[in-house]
Amino acid sequence: MHIMEGFLPSPWWEIWFLLSIPFIVIGLYQINRLVKENRETLPLLAVAGAFVFVLSSLKLPSVTGSCSHPTGTGLGAILFGPFIASVLGLIVLIYQALFLAHGGLTTLGANVFSMGIAGPIVAYLIYKAGTRAGINTYVTVFFAAALADLFTYVVTSVQLALAFPGEAGFFTAFQAFAAIFAVTQVPLAVIEGAVIALVFKYIVQLKPEILTKLNLLPEATIRKLQEAAA
Amino acid sequence: MKYALEIAVTAIIVIFAAVFLVQNAAIQADLAEGEEAWGGADGSAAELIESSGYEPWTSPLWEPPSGEIESLFFSLQAAIGAIVIGYFFGYWRGSRKTA
Repeated sequence: MHIMEGFLPSPWWEIWFLLSIPFIVIGLYQINRLVKENRETLPLLAVAGAFVFVLSSLKLPSVTGSCSHPTGTGLGAILFGPFIASVLGLIVLIYQALFLAHGGLTTLGANVFSMGIAGPIVAYLIYKAGTRAGINTYVTVFFAAALADLFTYVVTSVQLALAFPGEAGFFTAFQAFAAIFAVTQVPLAVIEGAVIALVFKYIVQLKPEILTKLNLLPEATIRKLQEAAA
Repeated sequence: MKYALEIAVTAIIVIFAAVFLVQNAAIQADLAEGEEAWGGADGSAAELIESSGYEPWTSPLWEPPSGEIESLFFSLQAAIGAIVIGYFFGYWRGSRKTA
C-alpha cells in the first residue's frame, strides 16, 4: 500500500523525489547498457517487471484485519540490482497512480524510494551476502524477497512519521504507522518470499545460462540445484 | 526431493488461508452493523493522519468511479504481468526441449 495522493506535505514530497531521481537515472542507463551488451537478458527483465505487476496487484488480507499487497520488486533486485529494480517499481507505481488512484503522482518520489529503492537494496545485499556465505540459494532468495517487502513498508512508515511526527514526536508516530503498514505486511512478506523462491527455481531450471552470465550463481551451484530437482 | 520447494510454498499458502479464515470469523463476530473489515492499510494510515487535522493538499487526477472499475484495472494489471511471465517461461521451456 503506497502513500496516497496529497498525503505528503511540502517539503517532504520534493525531498523524496530528489532522492529517487538519481536511482532512476542510473537504472535507465544500466538498462540501456544491459540491452546493448546482453540482448538475451531482455526477456528476463520483462519477467522481473511482470512480477512486480502481478504481485503488487494482489491485495491480500493480513492478520491485522486490513489488506495490503506484496511488492514483487525483490526478484528484479536480485537479478538486476537495485537501480534497475527502481525503474521497474516506477512503471508499476505510475500505472497505479494514474488508473487506480492508488498511490499518487506527488507521492511518487516517496513511493519509488520505499518500494523501488529501499526494498530492492535490502534484497540485493541479502542475496549477495547469502550466496557468498554458501547458504542454500532458495533460502537466500526467500529471505531477500521477504525482507525487501517488509523493509519497503518500514520505510513507508518512516516517511509518514517524518512528515507527521505529531506532538508526541517521530518515534511515537513511527510506531503508529509501523503498526498499520509493517505489521500488516509480515505474513504477506512471507508469501512473497516463498513465491519468488519458487520462481527462482524455475529460472534455474529453464534459463540457467542467464544466471551465470549475470554473475548471480556459479555453474557448479546451478548444476547442484538442477540435480536436486531432477 | 524433487518437489520440496513446491510443497513448502503450498503449505505456506494453506496456512495463510487458514489463518485468514479463523481471523475473519473472529472479526465478523464483533463487527457492528454497517462496519466493514479488511480495508486497505493505506486507508487506515490516511485516517490516522486526518485525525490530526491534516487535509490532503491535492487529490488524484482521476479516480476509478466505482469498486468494479477499480477491480477491472487491478485485474488488468495482474493479467498483463501474467501474460508476460507465461509467455517467456513457456518459450524457454519449449526451446530447451527442442535444443
